[in-house]
Amino acid sequence: MTNSVLVAVDGSDGGKRALQYASERAKIGGAKLIVTYVIEWSPYSFNTPEENAERHQRREQEIERATTGVVTPAAKLLEDAGIAHETVVRHGPPAETLIKLAEQHGVQQIVIGRRGQSGIKNLLFGSVAGNLVQTSPVPVVVVP
Amino acid sequence: MMRLFVTLMAFFLSSMPAHAGFDETINEITAPIATAVGNFVFYKIPVLGAQLPLVVLWLVIGAVFFTFYMGFVNIRGFKHAIELVRGDYADPDSPGEVSHFQALATAVSGTVGIGNIGGVAVAVTIGGAGATFWLIVAGFLGMSTKFVECTLGVKYRQENPDGSVSGGPMYYMRKGFEERGMAGFGKFMGTFYAIGIFIGALGIGNMFQSNQAYVQLNTVAGGALDGLGWLVGLILAAVVFAVIIGGIKSIARVTEKIVPFMAIFYCVFAIIVILMNFASIPAAIGNIFAGAFTGAGVQGGAIGALIIGFQRAVFSNEAGIGSASIAHAAVRTPEPVTEGYVSLLEPFIDTIVICTITALVIGTSQVADPNFAGDATGVAMTSAAFERQISWFPLPLAFGALLFAFSTMISWSYYGLKGWTYLFGEGHMGQTIYKLMFCAFVALGCMVQLGPILDISDALVFLICVPNILGLYFLAPIVRREMKSYMARLASGEIKKYSH
Repeated sequence: MTNSVLVAVDGSDGGKRALQYASERAKIGGAKLIVTYVIEWSPYSFNTPEENAERHQRREQEIERATTGVVTPAAKLLEDAGIAHETVVRHGPPAETLIKLAEQHGVQQIVIGRRGQSGIKNLLFGSVAGNLVQTSPVPVVVVP
Repeated sequence: MMRLFVTLMAFFLSSMPAHAGFDETINEITAPIATAVGNFVFYKIPVLGAQLPLVVLWLVIGAVFFTFYMGFVNIRGFKHAIELVRGDYADPDSPGEVSHFQALATAVSGTVGIGNIGGVAVAVTIGGAGATFWLIVAGFLGMSTKFVECTLGVKYRQENPDGSVSGGPMYYMRKGFEERGMAGFGKFMGTFYAIGIFIGALGIGNMFQSNQAYVQLNTVAGGALDGLGWLVGLILAAVVFAVIIGGIKSIARVTEKIVPFMAIFYCVFAIIVILMNFASIPAAIGNIFAGAFTGAGVQGGAIGALIIGFQRAVFSNEAGIGSASIAHAAVRTPEPVTEGYVSLLEPFIDTIVICTITALVIGTSQVADPNFAGDATGVAMTSAAFERQISWFPLPLAFGALLFAFSTMISWSYYGLKGWTYLFGEGHMGQTIYKLMFCAFVALGCMVQLGPILDISDALVFLICVPNILGLYFLAPIVRREMKSYMARLASGEIKKYSH
């Protein structure tokens, strides 16, 4: 397995910083980047019948938006910089999904951006970075 | 949009007599219609001194047949159903589609309604404690019917050009019969069902719900809302209007999220009340079993209790009506039969768990104090049983009843809409007409007394199970074949469990 790093993007500034950081290191170390966009989703939510009926369509739209809006531009950047990469867009609970993908791709490290959310929001929803750091099987870099 | 509603409201108010007693006027008009419709649908045959409506017999025979024909799938498939809902068999590489859990939760939200609180009280009032026993039996058998109809709902659903899906009995009858070389008959059955679900949506999923929500609110308010049914109705109609026409999805979304918690909250407090009545528990359970086979004090004896129990069970869990298959059809799975398994949990949760708990709350209260509820029936009777032990409970119960009613109405507005679009196409204008009509019936439901409302909704709902079950008989071999093939592949390990 070559040296590879999973980097999480989501269109936010934090995601951009993570990508920036990861690509700089990758260039130096010659690592491959797995650019990952996790669309937050839970199989255990409660929906109305309409939402269910339109779900397939919505899913495609969400994937389309993530791909064209965030992942493809990121891949273009890496392409231009001559960095080996792969892209993944996946639905799921963020931290859990990142870990699953990290295991699947056998990466040596996960890089994510800090969201910088408030204390109350953290308390209610937890933070992806916090969860990831606690449960990840590989080292996690949180880019501020 | 709001202007549309105000116009609608003005129309309603202008058609109202200047003097008081509007509710009574409406009631006088609907009562004879209710009787006529009821007499037609519930054509009764005398059996051993009891009056057995033919439709109830039709449902019982269907449920018993499917239970045997599917090899007691209601027992044997139970464990697998739970594994599916837990996501054990969900493909980890394609997340983001409607999960089994979501489909079940949506369908249960539509099913768990006022019937679970008020309907059981009605059953016990008319059919005695023994009706509870038959209600549970009906719930158990109904699991098999649900299995068949929901499998078909997914198998024969229609994918619309915009990527959304439409499914349900009208689709499986049309396509299923076509496969069997009976296209003309299938078309007729599909249309008949679509008309039925569209009208039925205005009864069971609408008027009955808003009516009982009003009754409970009025009880809590100490009768302060007497004669103001039209006002409560209009307010309720306005909220439904905001959701289904105004597109204010957040209201619906919030309701869908609160309802499951309300259901758990309701069950927890019901169990507390039952435990507080602990001295009466053995006698209450004894009454249920004794009443089931002797039918003491019930018109028509044991058969009378059985009829009432079955009637209420179907009214509550909708097995045989086919409505749930419309909700379940949204699941994207390569194995339609998996959705059948999941759906059999619905009558279990709805009837065997929630209805039984309500029945025990009422039953134990009755043992302790036979006249605890006075003349009250329906939701008011259940409320009185709670109040005996927990004085403040009628208030949250009223809130819960309102939410249950509301979520059921939202679900049924969708079921009815699917019937409507099946008949008239997906045109936008037509859908708005349907939705306006739906709102008008919400208001109407609060203006009439329980008797005629119950008669009309019962009649309409039982009417659509006639074509549905007939269709199920014809299509059951397809379901059985799929089930056997699925079970074989499950046993051979071809269908894998994923570790999550």
